[in-house]
Amino acid sequence: MNAGATGLPTVPEGGEPAIRSRDLTRRFGDFTAVDAVTFEVGVGEVFGFLGANGAGKTTAIRMLTGLLAPTSGEATVAGHDVSAEPEAVKRSIGYMSQRFSLYEDMTPRENIELYGGIYGLPSPVIRDRGARLLERLGLESAAGKRVGSLPLGWKQKLAFSVALLHEPGIVFLDEPTGGVDPITRRQFWEMIYETAADGTTVFVTTHYMDEAEYCDRLSIMVAGRIVALGTPTELRREHGAPSIEDVFVRLARQDASPPAAS
Amino acid sequence: MPSDVVVRDLSRRFDGVAALDGVSLDVRAGELFGLIGPDGAGKTTLFRILTTLLLPDEGSAEVLGLDVVADMWELRRRIGYMPGHFSLYTDLSVEENLSFFASVFGTTIAAQYDRIAPIYRQIEPFADRRAGALSGGMKQKLGLSCALVHEPDILVLDEPTTGVDAVSRREFWDMLQALRDGGLTIVVSTPYMDEADRCDRVALIDDGRILRIDTAAAFGPEYGRPLLAVRGSDRYGMLLALRRLPDAESVYPFGAALHYTDRRADADPGALAPQVAGALAAAGFADAEVEAIDPGIEDVFMSLMGGTP
Repeated sequence: MNAGATGLPTVPEGGEPAIRSRDLTRRFGDFTAVDAVTFEVGVGEVFGFLGANGAGKTTAIRMLTGLLAPTSGEATVAGHDVSAEPEAVKRSIGYMSQRFSLYEDMTPRENIELYGGIYGLPSPVIRDRGARLLERLGLESAAGKRVGSLPLGWKQKLAFSVALLHEPGIVFLDEPTGGVDPITRRQFWEMIYETAADGTTVFVTTHYMDEAEYCDRLSIMVAGRIVALGTPTELRREHGAPSIEDVFVRLARQDASPPAAS
Repeated sequence: MPSDVVVRDLSRRFDGVAALDGVSLDVRAGELFGLIGPDGAGKTTLFRILTTLLLPDEGSAEVLGLDVVADMWELRRRIGYMPGHFSLYTDLSVEENLSFFASVFGTTIAAQYDRIAPIYRQIEPFADRRAGALSGGMKQKLGLSCALVHEPDILVLDEPTTGVDAVSRREFWDMLQALRDGGLTIVVSTPYMDEADRCDRVALIDDGRILRIDTAAAFGPEYGRPLLAVRGSDRYGMLLALRRLPDAESVYPFGAALHYTDRRADADPGALAPQVAGALAAAGFADAEVEAIDPGIEDVFMSLMGGTP
């Protein structure tokens, strides 16, 4: 078994996986948005969840985070069934997206207090973890400024840290690095590596194909189904492609037209 | 070759913060020109000035030989603009949106059909669908059709591929290159460095300033220091180990590899590679592979940003 990007084993020996999805399916009327999706994510793994726009990623993530009930199939996240115990799932995970993460009219400190409160952390714990968080990010001087006035890169690092405030076993990152400069994007990935090295499972979507290469394992979704699953090295080898971008383009175009020779 | 865009010392502040700080650039007639930089770099501010939607504080800008302030009404008729956020009417159908934009400029879909057909035909089967119900890729195609329907002499596209998957991005660039081949001048912004290859020339922009303007191929040779690509199974471990090397200037993850820049500008990269490989092997990274590589535009951009973690 190959070691992954973080140097951790990509599949845990025994024990419960962080995420287990079995034939997970969601229909909207006649349309099957997610079609019998089966995969597992190991504890402490950085798992990339790729797919074209409209492939069903968002619907799958909404089911895995307890926000949308599956039509059929099942999934366990952090040991909780997403259909039977969606509230327990929500308490066990962290979530950050590019579109919604922090309240822009509040300060970093106020956002930390709000999220800490929502997750039921006692005030002294919020204060203590909040202070450490701001120190680690070098954000002490900005703790009292409106989040909306901070540079995008700071906001995204802060949003990631806030999503980890209640120390969830799994964190879902939905296009966390959209639009940020190339240096900040890489600093963000180093935060992901550190988080995974601490044993937190990271489930991440991205449109940057170079970032797909940073994942321990990844899946590629096309038209509601997972059509590829493995380490970046395995997928490149299987498809005889020089990069994950080439693998992705070939698979995503498969249903529309034959792959372009390259 | 005449210039379709001439920008000189353009500055614009918001609440005392400089969004554009002394920007100058030229876009040649018939060129596909890329403006590449992260969010907050000033791309949208520049485009809003070029499209007469925002007044500059200082400096001047001419588009198609017309001043963006004095000649704004004439200029508006001749520019096609696709803003960064989807700005069509989500409750109108595909056809209603296109028809509306045509009528604003005193034309019709029928009169312009041949011009927009290469793009519009791809979404025509969904002519009755509400624009709000389109996929990301189809929204782009509708946006582009609407920006082209009045026969503009120049096209200005603000981040048309942001948040769009890799396949749709490629298709969109194919469409832009076909339009350029037809003689249209196109100015397009993007945060994706890898799209530089699709442009005739690009300007790198960060923090309101232009860092460099050139063809994508010309950026690499300006890097000026040895660059090595390092591969191996324990990437994060190697990243930390490489940063501890005495002459490491920067180490960044780059797709499947790490890019190591050495601060000794005169060193021969070919000779450096085995040294670094040896250092990694001695540190316990037995499967490390190291090779000298040519810098790409993203290496150059990061170096110009001045980041040395």
